[in-house]
Amino acid sequence: MNKCRMVGILLLWTWAAQPSHAQESPYLVTYDHYLEEPGNLEVEYFSTLGTQRAGNGFHAYWVELEYGAKAWWTTEFYTDAQSTFGDGTLLTGFRWENRFRPLKREHFINPVAYVEYEQIREADKITKEVEGHDVESDHAESNALARKTLNHELEFKLLLSKTWKGWNVAVNPLATKNLLPSEPWEFGYAMGASRPLALQASPESCNFCRENFIAGVELYGGLGDTESFGLHDTSHYLAAAVAWNLPSAWTIRFSPGFGLNDNSHRLLLRWGLSREFTGFGEQVGRLWKRLP
Amino acid sequence: MTNTRVSILGLCAGLLVSAFVVSSRGQNSAPSGRFDYNELRNVPEKARLRNNPVEGDPNSVPVGKKLFRQRCAECHGATGEGGKKAPSLRVEEVQQAAPGALFWILTNGVVRRGMPVWSKLPEPQRWNLVSYIKTLKPTSDGTTRAGAGPP
Repeated sequence: MNKCRMVGILLLWTWAAQPSHAQESPYLVTYDHYLEEPGNLEVEYFSTLGTQRAGNGFHAYWVELEYGAKAWWTTEFYTDAQSTFGDGTLLTGFRWENRFRPLKREHFINPVAYVEYEQIREADKITKEVEGHDVESDHAESNALARKTLNHELEFKLLLSKTWKGWNVAVNPLATKNLLPSEPWEFGYAMGASRPLALQASPESCNFCRENFIAGVELYGGLGDTESFGLHDTSHYLAAAVAWNLPSAWTIRFSPGFGLNDNSHRLLLRWGLSREFTGFGEQVGRLWKRLP
Repeated sequence: MTNTRVSILGLCAGLLVSAFVVSSRGQNSAPSGRFDYNELRNVPEKARLRNNPVEGDPNSVPVGKKLFRQRCAECHGATGEGGKKAPSLRVEEVQQAAPGALFWILTNGVVRRGMPVWSKLPEPQRWNLVSYIKTLKPTSDGTTRAGAGPP
């Protein structure tokens, strides 16, 4: 009953809360150095449709709740699932990520530290990052088999990003460790560049103004692990990406990604929908105070 | 190994709760006393001396007003009068600050005191915001009304 009430309160709040105008980047894999505004909550849904050689195509999807704890700290909770065509649907796990900005001002390059705990099944297919020797054939396994293995992982990224004359360039090296001692550290990368279609804004609020659209490109892939570092038996992707930031605080993202070698899925078609809400922290604080 | 996982999960849960508690406490704190606008005085000289390239552009203030409503009003108040999270922008300290100083603050934020970095807004839009902020009239009683946050 309490859970139902809590969910009800949250839904009511989501409906009634003040939306906040977003300026979201188009990236779906790469991170820039911008954190969530303090006290704001961003609710996001993302979807990946993937082709699969020697297996069935899939639709993997996830929901993110991103909260600006401080101007220098963003915390985010994900839960993800997948449907493999001709096979089945299952929840594949959850992730909790934190991003910390160590420097208080903008610099030539702006670093942000990223730490994530993942509890995900082998059947996870959202491909939110590519690491180690992740290859297309990993996803050919049936759901019945893949769901049996549950991985606990810690993931670390260094988010390096710079915005100059409207262009954002971001590079994210990553390292992941399965918490089983026998498993090696795995490595990967993601990088992206993006720019709004117009740097000047119009005086009126409008949906189709060019400044509302941000276009970009992403490149990401694996770099092997501590036992065999390098590009062999790794997969890599190049993806176009566009974000449409609406004045109503909704953001729509679309990104077709193409595999760059035989180990990669030929196509990863992604899209996402998100909305930012102001004052979430304040609402939670009030609720907290009211509790006995 | 199970103990390690339980510890990590416990740590995660603890941090998650503390994130909400710490941040919501900060946001609920009422303005206390006069806020100092020291950050404006810390702006590097080179940045302070920059002129507003869109000053005099008839579109600059209306664009800045729109952007202010979308990005700044949430903390600084609908008309820059200040709020729980951020101080008034109508005070003498802000109105007499060099445009370059305001631009620098917008670009760099005051991260440790809650104001995010706004360099993701293209440079012309940040200058439009400066143009609009400069049109805000000082508070009627002539005093500086300061909130708990940074300018």
